[in-house]
Amino acid sequence: MAKLILSLEGQVIREIELNKERMTIGRKAHNDVQIENLAVSGEHAAITTILNDSFLEDLDSTNGTLVNGAPVKKHVLQHGDTVEIGKFHLEYVNPQASQEAPDFERTMVLRGPIGMPPPPPGDNQPEFSKTSINKQPLQMEPPPAPAAETPHAVKPPPAPPVEARPAAIQVLSGPNVGKELDLTKSLTSLGKPGVQVAVIAKRPHGYFITHVQGTSFPVVNGKTLDNQPCPLHDHDIIELAGIKMEFFLK
Amino acid sequence: MGQGLESVLEIVKLSDPGMVRSHNEDSVGADAGAGFAILADGMGGYNAGEVASGMTVAMLTDNLKAALRDDCRDLRALAGDEVQKTNGAVFQAAQSQPQYNGMGTTIVLTVFCDNRVTVAHIGDSRLYRLRGEQFEQITRDHSLLQEQIDSGMISREDARHSHNKNLVTRALGVEAGVAVEVNEYPVEIGDLYLLCSDGLNDMVTDEDIQLTLSLMGANLEMAAQQLVQMANDNGGRDNVSVILVRVVGDFAQKRGWFSRLLSWFGQ
Repeated sequence: MAKLILSLEGQVIREIELNKERMTIGRKAHNDVQIENLAVSGEHAAITTILNDSFLEDLDSTNGTLVNGAPVKKHVLQHGDTVEIGKFHLEYVNPQASQEAPDFERTMVLRGPIGMPPPPPGDNQPEFSKTSINKQPLQMEPPPAPAAETPHAVKPPPAPPVEARPAAIQVLSGPNVGKELDLTKSLTSLGKPGVQVAVIAKRPHGYFITHVQGTSFPVVNGKTLDNQPCPLHDHDIIELAGIKMEFFLK
Repeated sequence: MGQGLESVLEIVKLSDPGMVRSHNEDSVGADAGAGFAILADGMGGYNAGEVASGMTVAMLTDNLKAALRDDCRDLRALAGDEVQKTNGAVFQAAQSQPQYNGMGTTIVLTVFCDNRVTVAHIGDSRLYRLRGEQFEQITRDHSLLQEQIDSGMISREDARHSHNKNLVTRALGVEAGVAVEVNEYPVEIGDLYLLCSDGLNDMVTDEDIQLTLSLMGANLEMAAQQLVQMANDNGGRDNVSVILVRVVGDFAQKRGWFSRLLSWFGQ
């Protein structure tokens, strides 16, 4: 179950489990999470939890609510997010997200009304039917790096997969001689659309050129390509549709 | 009519287990001549997912090949009925063996006829369309996340970071009856349709999908391989399947004068 770790100036005060569909945070005693401090409004914020997602909402508080240093009105909490209310910090911890469980991507059927907690087993009520079993996958993804140490740091987006080094094409002949084209997108096309097309694919481990359309095939370093993608190396010379260009890493 | 759409529709299908899963529980099927394509993403323990999606594609393929010999006037009803029949069969099979209990599948079915495409779907497998520069998701997911987006609870952007992905609100085969969503759209020459399981759109952005279809659409085999490769390069955490359908010609149905008269009166 997801939870919040309440702390003040680095000192952990307590842990709060998000075990209710709606939990309010504020100065007044009736709140699920009571924070006695003048910088905190009577009813400051609320967290709504639906299955594995928790949504934070500021309840028009006087001093506002911050997430990772930025003011928010509504926010979907991510594992490691730090909520600031007054001087208090609440770190959102979601064990589901932190494990990258193999079941994470499995499609499952919801068979009950949304928002109902799962009934005790053996019940014949509408239930969340998990139509899959836990299987050991062949290849496990390495778990993501732990959340940033400093509570005040802006949480970085989930680490992207390994990316190829920046690269570009320089045109060596024809009307566009001298022009440079950065290969920033996952696919860059070369040649005349509809007539003679090759694409350069940017993959995690490098760049590859593939013939897509047209009667003649690209030539790389003097060798005519076949139908297969061809890996590109620094300073390779490509010839296509009568134009010469150089591939280089930046 | 017998359709005979081989010269008008170019279809390529590709299904891959991905980088993490040991089984492929997606199934794909298509028949360009008859004018249909089917994609199903199965769920269930052991190999039940494979059974559910495989059965679904096999049954629909056989039944549609037979049913589409006649004209396509009531295609929406036909598609709905056939999917409902398939639901019944999968549900029955699910009751018959303990390891099949609870099995189910998503489905996207497209039937091309008379310059229109009839789309029947259940779950979160999708149909996209590239028409010129316009790339659009045609089907709306039957998922918890989509319901939250529709009700304004969560933005599309936030949905990308949700932990509730892959929770569908409907599936084929999990109950005796199922609500199939059926729609019909006009088709234009040059249209490129993409049926895919969530193993694609969960791993690859819409922008990259559109880029692939735009740049490599002239070569459907390569485009399909590129889509699967991108999903795997980005982690491949689920089975990934795609079917690409390109419309290269007109397929208006020839009609006798009486038929045209009837359709004038909305028959």
